Amino acid sequence: RSLSFEKTLRYGINDELTPEDKIVSHNNFYEFGTDKTDPAKNAQSLITDPWSLTIEGDVANPRVWTVEDILKEFPLEERIYRMRCVEAWSMVIPWLGFSLANLIEKAEPGASAKYVAFETLYDPEQMPGQKSRFVGGGINYPYVEGLRLDEAMHPLTILSLGLYGKTLPPQNGAPIRLVVPWKYGFKSIKSIVKIRITDKMPPTTWNQLASNEYGFYANVNPNVSHPRWSQASERRIGSGGLLSAKRIPTEPFNGYGDQVASLYEGMDLRQWY
Amino acid sequence: MVLTKHKVWLTKSALHIGCALPLIWLYIQIELDNLGGDPVQYIIHFLGMGVLHTLVLTLLISPLAKRFKVGWLLRSRRAIGLWSFAYLVLHIFSFLAFDLLFDWSLLLSEIIKRPYITVGMIASIIMLALALTSPQLIQRKMGRRWQLLHKLVYLVAILGPIHFWWSVKSGNVEPAIYLLIFMALLWWRRPVKQISRRSGLASTK
Repeated sequence: RSLSFEKTLRYGINDELTPEDKIVSHNNFYEFGTDKTDPAKNAQSLITDPWSLTIEGDVANPRVWTVEDILKEFPLEERIYRMRCVEAWSMVIPWLGFSLANLIEKAEPGASAKYVAFETLYDPEQMPGQKSRFVGGGINYPYVEGLRLDEAMHPLTILSLGLYGKTLPPQNGAPIRLVVPWKYGFKSIKSIVKIRITDKMPPTTWNQLASNEYGFYANVNPNVSHPRWSQASERRIGSGGLLSAKRIPTEPFNGYGDQVASLYEGMDLRQWY
Repeated sequence: MVLTKHKVWLTKSALHIGCALPLIWLYIQIELDNLGGDPVQYIIHFLGMGVLHTLVLTLLISPLAKRFKVGWLLRSRRAIGLWSFAYLVLHIFSFLAFDLLFDWSLLLSEIIKRPYITVGMIASIIMLALALTSPQLIQRKMGRRWQLLHKLVYLVAILGPIHFWWSVKSGNVEPAIYLLIFMALLWWRRPVKQISRRSGLASTK
């Protein structure tokens, strides 16, 4: 279904867009299997309408939002962002979404609010990976993620409901997902049902699974390699075939450093990877 | 004698076809664009699994030959070993070509820095040595040293699954199964080792 949006924001990116067919057929969404092609195969029957998103925790106005309400309340923008996977491949994706800050402000976080916790739908009947450890890669579901409140309130952080002018396909996290472009892709949690404002750093799925490999912050950083591969460069998935891809240097904060580096002033990013 | 020759020929043909089919299948899938938007990881993984599967086959040959008293089966072992090496070459080539896009310096630094690639590389060097010394002429010239060298395949059979284990992001179930299979195979071969010399000789006479 096509979605209307107000304007296109490129945030200084001139990179060529990754074709839509590649964005929707190469996904990590372990709830539907661990192969990159599994989500496109197995997620098509996911019921995304009706869908509700709860915002709760340390807020003055907790609320259960429906997707319709969200679309009515928050005008969508097209945001063209780089997406850098922790596995060292990347895409350029035209998301449709709105700043997460707008939704959080409506909830009015309390004085002790410091972090934001996110949760993906838990429904083993619909998500085969949640039923079987073998299909789901041994993750303890539901998938959870988290941001510091200031990261969540940053204007670059969006909740996305679409890409390439249409509603999100299930494999890309329909009906609503997070996009944090300066962090590795696994932070951008899919098919969100709950957002909780809290005073404690929330647990995050990949960190729980392998804390030496995936930190809470997971900012894109060419200088801190993953224990099993270098993060200094990335394979940009473009429009061509197998050998036409390019290996390009990875930029600190995925190229958004001038906008977000100040969030981490004084922090040792080798320690807080 | 003629009969054995026939059996060897038939077995080898079946093995060659069996080992080539997955490659043909992979090629067709790539051509048909059936492997998703970015098949790189899939291709590398698929070829790596090919190495493991052919390795299982080579290790199965001699216990099977013994168990069913078909000594001639041993004569197809070299062919599978070479298929294993072929899958290995393609596995490394696709990593270098499709993932690293021929960034040789990155390849070198990854071999040194990443334990799972280091392990894979050690196994690969052994496999290279085994492939290079596989012609019968060299085998004859090397004599007992050939036997010793080719025992290193047991090391490959351990390093391979470890490389697989360390390479996965999560879900160690599948690598664990492979490690177990290889351990079981090595175990199966061990106790019958001494008898194998004699019965192996007897059956080829």
